[in-house]
Amino acid sequence: MLCDNCKERDSVVTLTTSDAQGVTELHLCERCAAERGIETQMAAPKQPLTDFILAVQKQLPATLLESSRCSFCSGTLRDFKNTGRLGCAYCYQTFESSLRDLLRRVHGNSRHAGKRYQPPQPAVAEDATVLSELRDRLRRAVEQEQFEEAARLRDQIKVME
Amino acid sequence: MLDLSLLPDGGVSWLDASGEHAGIVLSTRIRLARNLEGFAFPGRARDGERLRVLSRVREAMDAIPSMRSHLLVRVDNIGNEERLLLHERHLVSKELAGLDPQHPVRSGAAVFLGDGMGVMVNEEDHLRLQTLRSGFALSDAFADIERIDGELGARVPFAYHEEFGFLTSCPTNTGTGMRASVLIHLPGLVLTKEIGKTLAGLQQMGLTYRGLYGEGSEVVGNFFQISNQTTLGRPEEEIIDQLMYVLRTVISREEDARRVLLRDAGYIIEDKLWRAYGTLRYARSLSFEEAMNYLSGVRLAVGLKLISGLSVYTLNKLLIFSQSAHLAHAEGKALTESEANLVRARYVRQLLADETGTNG
Repeated sequence: MLCDNCKERDSVVTLTTSDAQGVTELHLCERCAAERGIETQMAAPKQPLTDFILAVQKQLPATLLESSRCSFCSGTLRDFKNTGRLGCAYCYQTFESSLRDLLRRVHGNSRHAGKRYQPPQPAVAEDATVLSELRDRLRRAVEQEQFEEAARLRDQIKVME
Repeated sequence: MLDLSLLPDGGVSWLDASGEHAGIVLSTRIRLARNLEGFAFPGRARDGERLRVLSRVREAMDAIPSMRSHLLVRVDNIGNEERLLLHERHLVSKELAGLDPQHPVRSGAAVFLGDGMGVMVNEEDHLRLQTLRSGFALSDAFADIERIDGELGARVPFAYHEEFGFLTSCPTNTGTGMRASVLIHLPGLVLTKEIGKTLAGLQQMGLTYRGLYGEGSEVVGNFFQISNQTTLGRPEEEIIDQLMYVLRTVISREEDARRVLLRDAGYIIEDKLWRAYGTLRYARSLSFEEAMNYLSGVRLAVGLKLISGLSVYTLNKLLIFSQSAHLAHAEGKALTESEANLVRARYVRQLLADETGTNG
């Protein structure tokens, strides 16, 4: 394929950029790519996050984006699509299979091979801490109009109080 | 009022050019993204949750002898100029400093600062641990970060998943949560137009590059931050070893490119670099980008031994202290852009004159 810039030499590099208009691919020869490096206009070489979010969009039907909701932070896949960020660690369980797929796309692998970790043995959880965490979850559930979840949390809080 | 002189080294010991290959490699940085179990990630958490995260981390830091004396800066309690100052000094990210319009400063945003290390709290993740070393020092920076991670992780429970590893707000960091990066000056490869090939090669090896200020920043003054792209599926040591191997190749290519420049275009290069030096010595107004580009030339001239009597340390200091928030801080008042350009030129002239013992 010829270089998109000079249309003379063979392209050796593909630059992928994305913006509001969508994803653009630019095939460049060595020289034109080098020139872009100098001009500092070169887009980040690869944008895994953008690819990632586009992949979420493509893979999942709109209904699924809303249908499951994380029970801890009330986040949905749509929230993730909009912000590029997950709401909490429990989202990894709620959206496990979608995330496994996407992690594989981004990292080429979905299995952690690094440091193993054993969290410290929790000291007897203080009721006060647990209570304030439950209250935070209750407020979030109410804000998200998750009334069933809110009722469950309210009962749990009542028992503890 | 934020007083950075309270830090053991002003937070800039990484500028001292003491490390390996310091003429080409400014610094080595490794960061780990970690989250606390039982709390929503900072972007989703409520104010109270973020403050509780901060207090849990603070208790843990107090219980670790080597970290007890760290300076805690409540980023949410200081002014915009001071947050900018911390960011210019590479002590906090743009997001933590609330400088990104998409992410205004969050309650509970804080940073613990020690000698060559820092812990950002309530950034994109609850914790961003980082170590910073002068020159090319991946092994040392990794040993430092391992120690900090071990000590903190034994006191606060990190969010961890058997299959996915350490869980992070953005899935691009999941797994090791590690980003190891090297800030490198590559004017030889840029001038010989070999840079495109080198950068494309990096991509094929699973590495990526950014500008001076990390994610989303542009390349100025031929400074590139080269780092690993992926965080899942490979052990930390393997990621570090690979980065080390590739960087050694990049350094040797840069050295080759410099030799080629001198051999094939000796007087042209010499003239160009002396002109850069002349401009810095005598200009009365300098924009930051201009200063960066001329400094890049002078740094190359020092590396090629064309200019003597000028230390890499001084050039590194100029990179940091000629930024707008630093100039305003030194002047003790806010500066318009054109005022900052005048102050910058004066500061650069002064520092170069002090170093070479002449007046500019």
